[in-house]
Amino acid sequence: MTATTVTLKIDGLEVTVPEGTTILKAAKDNGIIIPTLCNLEGLSPYGGCRLCLVEISGSPKLFPACITPVSSGMEVTTQSERLTEYRKMAVQMLLAERTHICSVCVANDHCELQSLANQLGVDHVLFERNWTRLEIDSSHDFLVIDRNRCILCTRCLRVCDEIEGVHTLDLKLRGKDAQVIMDLDEHWGNSCSCTSCRKCAKVCPVGAIYIEGEPVSHTKHKDIAEFITERRQRKWKQ
Amino acid sequence: MSKDDSRRVMLEKVMKDHGYQESALLEILHKAQEIYGYLDKELLMDISGSLNLPPSHVFGVATFYSFFKLKRPGQHIVTGCMGTACYVKGADEIMQAVEREYNIKRGESTPDGKLSLLVTRCIGACAMAPTIIVDDEVIAKATKEIVLQKIKQVLGGT
Ligand code: SF4
Ligand code: SF4
Ligand code: FES
Ligand code: FES
Repeated sequence: MTATTVTLKIDGLEVTVPEGTTILKAAKDNGIIIPTLCNLEGLSPYGGCRLCLVEISGSPKLFPACITPVSSGMEVTTQSERLTEYRKMAVQMLLAERTHICSVCVANDHCELQSLANQLGVDHVLFERNWTRLEIDSSHDFLVIDRNRCILCTRCLRVCDEIEGVHTLDLKLRGKDAQVIMDLDEHWGNSCSCTSCRKCAKVCPVGAIYIEGEPVSHTKHKDIAEFITERRQRKWKQ
Repeated sequence: MSKDDSRRVMLEKVMKDHGYQESALLEILHKAQEIYGYLDKELLMDISGSLNLPPSHVFGVATFYSFFKLKRPGQHIVTGCMGTACYVKGADEIMQAVEREYNIKRGESTPDGKLSLLVTRCIGACAMAPTIIVDDEVIAKATKEIVLQKIKQVLGGT
């Protein structure tokens, strides 16, 4: 069996990858890092945050690298002034959407949004900030969700559905009003389907889902989905 | 048979007609709302059980579309269009006036259950913006005065 491969250029570098690979993965496998936020290895791609936008020669549009497959002869640019501006804007919009005060957040210094802001040099927010007062649910024995810090990346939904397999979590409403819910919008402590596996807390990129009383630096484990997916193949049995 | 039981029989038929297919969730919610007038949590739990779908998914779908009502509407329903055209032309101020007059917020009903205040997205009548619907009547180029007057009239009629 020979897998069909595709050859393309990323930032001038010629790379060859299997057909169907995303631009993000093709870049990463060749040492080119594109900023991401909603994407997480081991989970299905979502394409919601727009941090991973790249340019493709011949098109005025920008493409989210995490959901755009490579094609033969493509010329991709992952770094440019225009892209940096867009990425900065995306980060500012996320910061403005809800209540992000790093100094009082459990995830301070361990937050993907904060580190992206630092990397990109976002030192102020141009948009008017929404200081939201959404519900903080600490009814669960040890899991807490502060929806004011949620950036709606859906990583927790996907890990709960695709890896843990119980689909406790989903989103209610939409747009800026969307919120993570448990079962029929129950308090977490009353959820019948949650197995308390903590995977959602492990993958949350910000301080929205965390474990009561435990430092975020110990509880985040972003490789969990990739790790379990790999182990599920039970390669040692073959 | 009580009224609720006959509704349940109708709902069961609808779900059966769709072969209890998960993919028919939208149509089933749509019909369920026609049958019951609104979708409460008990009903959503019932549907999620029958279709074997996670409750959070069903709740997510039911709240994604503003078409679905999760609270029991009052006897009379005022629906304000919050689409861009209507919003720009002052639909929000009209709704605020109604909220003040009857001391309820959008999505709520008066304690006596006579009046419900709902909002929707663009209803496709942008040329007549702002549009407010009072029961079955669409009020085009609405003003606070006209809308409040109309509501008084329908409430008086009960
Ligand atoms: S703890 Fe596990 S089962 Fe419960 S919501 Fe989080 S991921 Fe889902
Ligand atoms: S709670 Fe965390 S993981 Fe879940 S959607 Fe919000 S930011 Fe993403
Ligand atoms: S990482 Fe690609 S859209 Fe979020
Ligand atoms: S915005 Fe109200 S009808 Fe279109």
